[in-house]
Amino acid sequence: MDITLKVWRQTGPDDKGGLVTYDVPDISPDMSFLEMLDVLNERLNDEGKEPIAFDSDCREGICGMCGLMISGEAHGPERTTTCQLHMRSFADGDTITVEPWRADPFPVIKDLVVDRSAFDRIIQAGGFITVNTGAAPDAHATPVPKANAERAFVAAECIGCGACVAACPNASGMLFMGAKVTHLAELPQGQPERMSRVVSMVAQHDAEGFGGCTNIGECTAACPKEIPQDVISTLNRDLRSALRHQS
Amino acid sequence: MTELIHGLYTEGAPIHDTKAPNGPIQTKWPTRQFEARLVNPANRRKLRVVVIGTGLAGASAAATLGEAGYVVKSFCFQDSPRRAHSIAAQGGINATKNYMEDGDSVYRLFYDTVKGGDYRARENNVYRLAEVSANIIDQCVAQGVPFAREYGGLLDNRSFGGVQVSRTFYARGQTGQQLLIGAYQSLERQVASGGVEMFTRHEMLELVVVDGRARGVIVRDLVSGEIETHLADAVVLASGGYGNVFYLSTNAMGSNVTASWRAHRKGAYMANPCYTQIHPTCIPVSGDHQSKLTLMSESLRNDGRIWVPKRREDCDKDPRDIPEEDRDYYLERIYPAFGNLVPRDIASRQAKNVCDEGRGVGPVVGDFRRGVYLDFADAIARLGRESVEEQYGNLFDMYARITGEDPYAVPMRIYPAVHYVMGGLWVDYDLESTIPGLYVTGEANFSDHGANRLGASALMQGLADGYFVLPNTIRDYLAGGPYPAVEDDHPDVVAAREAVANRVQALLSIDGTRSVDSFHKELGTIMWEYCGMERSEEGLAKAIDLIRSLREEFWRNVRVLGSAETLNQSLEKAGRVADFLELGELMCIDALHRRESCGGHFRAESQTADGEALRHDDEYAYVAAWEYTPGERGDRASMGPPVLHKEDLVYEFIELKQRSYK
Repeated sequence: MDITLKVWRQTGPDDKGGLVTYDVPDISPDMSFLEMLDVLNERLNDEGKEPIAFDSDCREGICGMCGLMISGEAHGPERTTTCQLHMRSFADGDTITVEPWRADPFPVIKDLVVDRSAFDRIIQAGGFITVNTGAAPDAHATPVPKANAERAFVAAECIGCGACVAACPNASGMLFMGAKVTHLAELPQGQPERMSRVVSMVAQHDAEGFGGCTNIGECTAACPKEIPQDVISTLNRDLRSALRHQS
Repeated sequence: MTELIHGLYTEGAPIHDTKAPNGPIQTKWPTRQFEARLVNPANRRKLRVVVIGTGLAGASAAATLGEAGYVVKSFCFQDSPRRAHSIAAQGGINATKNYMEDGDSVYRLFYDTVKGGDYRARENNVYRLAEVSANIIDQCVAQGVPFAREYGGLLDNRSFGGVQVSRTFYARGQTGQQLLIGAYQSLERQVASGGVEMFTRHEMLELVVVDGRARGVIVRDLVSGEIETHLADAVVLASGGYGNVFYLSTNAMGSNVTASWRAHRKGAYMANPCYTQIHPTCIPVSGDHQSKLTLMSESLRNDGRIWVPKRREDCDKDPRDIPEEDRDYYLERIYPAFGNLVPRDIASRQAKNVCDEGRGVGPVVGDFRRGVYLDFADAIARLGRESVEEQYGNLFDMYARITGEDPYAVPMRIYPAVHYVMGGLWVDYDLESTIPGLYVTGEANFSDHGANRLGASALMQGLADGYFVLPNTIRDYLAGGPYPAVEDDHPDVVAAREAVANRVQALLSIDGTRSVDSFHKELGTIMWEYCGMERSEEGLAKAIDLIRSLREEFWRNVRVLGSAETLNQSLEKAGRVADFLELGELMCIDALHRRESCGGHFRAESQTADGEALRHDDEYAYVAAWEYTPGERGDRASMGPPVLHKEDLVYEFIELKQRSYK
């Protein structure tokens, strides 16, 4: 099949950037979207033009490193990661726009590569359980009801790709943060720090410049791991209790 | 110079592990922990440790050393430590909790691992691995890792990898992800408290060795291009495996050998580099554009039946139109006792054999069809679609997404792919390499899996090394510090920094006609053909010649565009491929010198009458540790003949046997 790409090119953080059009003929519907970009990059290299920079690593949908806005949708038309999107999801002759994640807290480094270190700093603010190596009791000392363990798991599936932020009109990181708060709040091990955790994480989230949640739901719709929106309810409930107890 | 053996290498003095204490195997680790010197908490603040890599082995080590109070710097090439490739592990993690009360014990896990490794692993290290395995589960649960649980709230276990007990803890098909996130959160907690300084998008490009000791690293900031020096009292490499030397593998795109290889060139021996694990159930290559391969859990072999057409002319047909009598269920035919459940190395090699005969299925890639059917029609008829969906639904979905075919209606196609390397930098019982002060953990070292790794034991080893082994052994070395101050302008540091800068400039200035990827693909094809599932004297000799000329061409004709001062992904890849081009040669030399078959290393010349792997314990029960020598010509493409140092494998506790699955 033949397609036309309009790709965001930006030489660095200070460059204004813009869309550049490339014809990409004769591609296979079995290629992944990123393999299609690999093919284009090989051609650009042969033509003496610098290849398009984009992030990817595991290419099996779990590391969270890839992430592109594809014709205005985070990770493209399927509910999966960009690396698991295949060209058979497009039609011969399509024109596809490819942009980096758009959000102030994710500044562009080059072309389609953005800086998502704000997510790491939100985890640093409290997205953990304080336990030093060697200080753990026997694993069976603390049973966890199956239902809680399951909900913790569903929330813990977050891959930190940032699609939720990119899809949200407010550039809110509430789904990402809610997933971590819920994962740890569902487990007995997470209780001692439950209140301080949510307060610190929300403060960091806001300081990074992410917006607030207005219940639009684009985040969940774009999430390749289908993290449910109710993790934000847990986050809000815990924050409210924490602030009430604090005052 | 001593005489060349096979015209390829020389042999040097044997090597020994001098750190494991004497005595019964049960007392070795407690004794070593007691004898290893302590560092008092006030002195820990004066001791600096650099950790390369943030997978299970690196993140756990950095977090634990930070908690202990050492000054730790942690580096990863990805944008966040949470991306490291441990995250992609699916199945589970073994531990000897014996929660199932099914007869498991430390000794049984030890025995299974040594046997599974086809008797080419070091007993002392494996026993310790089994000993600390239970602590890992406690630690991870305390961190909030959401393992699968029973209705009573206790942890569930399953059996895995052909052993007879249920000792595998799991979190659906995402165990690696959950364990890594646990280690990552502990690491980020240390970053927040100042115990660890984190450097993302930084790649180690050189090891700093001063007065014979590892004293730091030279890294490149992949965003600014700046070349930085980070000096320390000790260096830990947890930089993962090098399966990407084959170009196509189940490894992540960025997984590479560079940190290990740079250390190897500075004097760290590389052990058993040819031991590679090729996993039988991966989604086949769909065309020349293929960038990586995807594994599907081997649990599929519990209910799926593997077959190819009996006749070549049927390979084009719709498999549903091929009648039962024209199908060859070759594993069931050759191995009636184990059938489709033979170990990974055997299932992989037989798939290759039937495809080499021209009976493969699916698209022609290169010159023949590389695929066999994995058919669930019988299972669907027997169990019902719903039950199959419940057990394997997520894998079927993944297959459908990648191939565009419906595996409920048409048999899946699978083919083996490179998945893991058992070889790596040589380490002693303390996980210290042949360079004092350089420690190696996880897949980057060679120590625990022998010639074949069992399922669910890579996660176990990574976390055992990082949480429990390394922090207890490295303190013995650190107790001898702080080592004499080294400044940024020390001649050895300056030389290391200049070597990195010159290499970067060399890559950018060649301005040839071929892309980095085209060299990488060609190398991968050579490795797969001659150093893959079956190796022969003739093929390996040919591969060595091909790799040498490809390396010459690389340094003459590669084209890397862009500059060194910005993010430049072609430049990053070029450095990694240059190192793969050297590693590939060493792997072939190692494979050529080992004239026996063992585990994942199958030599065509060494097989039993019915085509199974034949070991030669009298000659080859040793670890092959290779020392680097520089090439005489001195140009970038030349390498000297490596020096082989043998470490004899002494089996005091386990008796060596021939494996059989018929």
